[in-house]
Amino acid sequence: MKLVEKNMSAHTLSHLDTLESESIHIMREVAAECKNPALLFSGGKDSIVMLRLAEKAFRPAKFPFPLVHIDTEHNFPEVIACRDKLAADLGERLIVRSLEDSIKRGSIVIKDESKPRNPFQSVTLLETIAEFGFDACMGGARRDEEKARAKERIFSFRDEFGQWDPKNQRPELWDTYNTRVHAGENIRVFPISNWTEMDIWQYIGREKLFIPSIYYAHEREVIRRGGNVIPVSHLVQPKPGEKVEVVSVRFRTVGDMTCTAPVESTASTVEEIIEETAATRITERGATRMDDQTSDASMELRKKEGYF
Amino acid sequence: MSNTTQLLRFITAGSVDDGKSTLIGRLLHDSKSIFEDQFSAISKTSEKRGMAAVDLSLLTDGLQAEREQGITIDVAYRYFATPKRKFIIGDTPGHEQYTRNMVTAASTANLVVILIDARKGVLTQTRRHTYLASLVGVPHVVLAVNKMDMVDYSQARFDEIVAEYKAFAAQLNLHDVHCIPLSALNGDMVVDRGESLDWYKGPALLELLERIEIDHDVNTSDFRFPVQWVCRPQSEEHHDFRGFAGRIEAGEVSVGDEVTILPSGRTTKVKEIVTYDGNLQTAFAPQSVTITLADEIDISRGDMIVKTDHLPPKVEKGFDAMMCWLSESPLDKNRKYLVKHTTRTAKCLFSSIDYRVDVNTLEKHANPTVNMNDIVRVAIKVQQPLVFDSYEIDRATGSFIVIDEATNNTVAAGMIA
Repeated sequence: MKLVEKNMSAHTLSHLDTLESESIHIMREVAAECKNPALLFSGGKDSIVMLRLAEKAFRPAKFPFPLVHIDTEHNFPEVIACRDKLAADLGERLIVRSLEDSIKRGSIVIKDESKPRNPFQSVTLLETIAEFGFDACMGGARRDEEKARAKERIFSFRDEFGQWDPKNQRPELWDTYNTRVHAGENIRVFPISNWTEMDIWQYIGREKLFIPSIYYAHEREVIRRGGNVIPVSHLVQPKPGEKVEVVSVRFRTVGDMTCTAPVESTASTVEEIIEETAATRITERGATRMDDQTSDASMELRKKEGYF
Repeated sequence: MSNTTQLLRFITAGSVDDGKSTLIGRLLHDSKSIFEDQFSAISKTSEKRGMAAVDLSLLTDGLQAEREQGITIDVAYRYFATPKRKFIIGDTPGHEQYTRNMVTAASTANLVVILIDARKGVLTQTRRHTYLASLVGVPHVVLAVNKMDMVDYSQARFDEIVAEYKAFAAQLNLHDVHCIPLSALNGDMVVDRGESLDWYKGPALLELLERIEIDHDVNTSDFRFPVQWVCRPQSEEHHDFRGFAGRIEAGEVSVGDEVTILPSGRTTKVKEIVTYDGNLQTAFAPQSVTITLADEIDISRGDMIVKTDHLPPKVEKGFDAMMCWLSESPLDKNRKYLVKHTTRTAKCLFSSIDYRVDVNTLEKHANPTVNMNDIVRVAIKVQQPLVFDSYEIDRATGSFIVIDEATNNTVAAGMIA
């Protein structure tokens, strides 16, 4: 048996370099083969990694696609500020479409303002895809996040209703991607499918990426509800009997203020977050996403409806 | 984990009965890669199903449909890491009709773990999985003889199975085969060595996965660079910049190297190797880079840049190949399909279908109809020249997919002879 000893040869790529090269290759396939692609960009950590990968794939040229954000208007202000700053710093086009527009059009009917708006994002996303005629949308979803995502292809084909059919996926072999769609259909492409939460943090550290401040430990008013630590905001107020505490927390994921829970933490640097990530015993979404805790199959159901 | 750990992709082949899911569950559990909320979810399900212990195999069940029916319907990817390496597991179902899933997952794997039940020994499906691993050119094979606890951890039984397996494997094109006795249920020789297999002196499964050498799993000798995308910023600052972006699929290249552009055959020199992090002197597979050239030559996506003094690839409008048919609709010899090979897509047709290989017996059957899961030998004609190597020499430039233009589905995967 040939075994690796301590010194790797000069021609060995580290796991981060291997993942980076794979993601660049995927993005370039999209740019070369799709007529009108877009990159979904939320200002969250995974999509910030996607931006850096796009820079690596396409510089010194501009990105051959716009950045698109579907704004629920329930996002954390720090994240929206970061979204705008990064897009401006890069000099790339940012298209923002809001759930409020869909609500005005009547395609989304909100019954309870305190409930998460994430489930409705698919409606505005599909309307935006139709408005611009996008045939491919790149997103920063990862397979380690969730069971349904673990079974999804890198190039994930959607019918004209934006639906994902898990039992009818195109086989994906080698790195030879089938990007073909008929008019009206589109594909979601996940260039960082094979990255894990740890890879993302190591990459943020290595590349010194600017990310929203709420990913680092900070003092925040929270309440404890159903096993979760929930941030108090204008959308989430304490119910009678609930006590507001000020706790040092950080966010592992960012979504709507109504459905994203922070974790208690004092990690204020990327290095400290990496240490915590290595030691944590709870999955990323398990710890932080109330919208995934409703049932074992919540993500699968939302994906079938056209969610990322 | 440091920034310099390597990435190893492996797949597991075997049926539920061989304890495949239990083995993956054991690897994840004993390497401390299972999270508390995942563990509590499968504990609840195990209890609901009336099981006495936590069923680790539930960890790899993904979709609602699968959980309801207790089956695995597709390839699922799992991730775990140890201080030495990072791993991606492609979990493939072992059912008879799922040849296509195994071929799919094997196409990107460095290594395949083939599971055997020590009581049953080498079965038809073991031969099938091994044949498919050799067909798809998976560089390393591990035969995991599981359920050793059910045969009293007998060395004689293990030796007998290994002898039979090696005799079979010798007929195939496999370069690196390892055999490990283990018990996924009890955790012997998976992550920990346990106390029941002292007679076995080789590495436990995880140790092997951590230490097996994978640097030469890609072709390191002949430079191959399929052009993916032409970078032309047309900005004031980079007015004349014209770079050829792509991923090095094999070999290495340095500034100043003499290169040939195929299919045109024009030659020039490498001027720069451009990356976002600064220009490089030398780059190697599988790095993604942008190359600029000394002369202005018309080059577009689908062309390939190779080193002039290296083994030249073939440039032809046809080739023979082994192919796995993936679609529910059978191959129609009268129709044209599309072939996507590296970064080039072209119309093609099947000029002959020579034989089908019975994956259970390896017998060849002439003049077959070609249905889903069939492995066939074909001759393909392509409308325009492709630049290719045999799959044996290079997995990246020797592989292709076939697309049905009417449905846009991927209907076949091929390996050039």
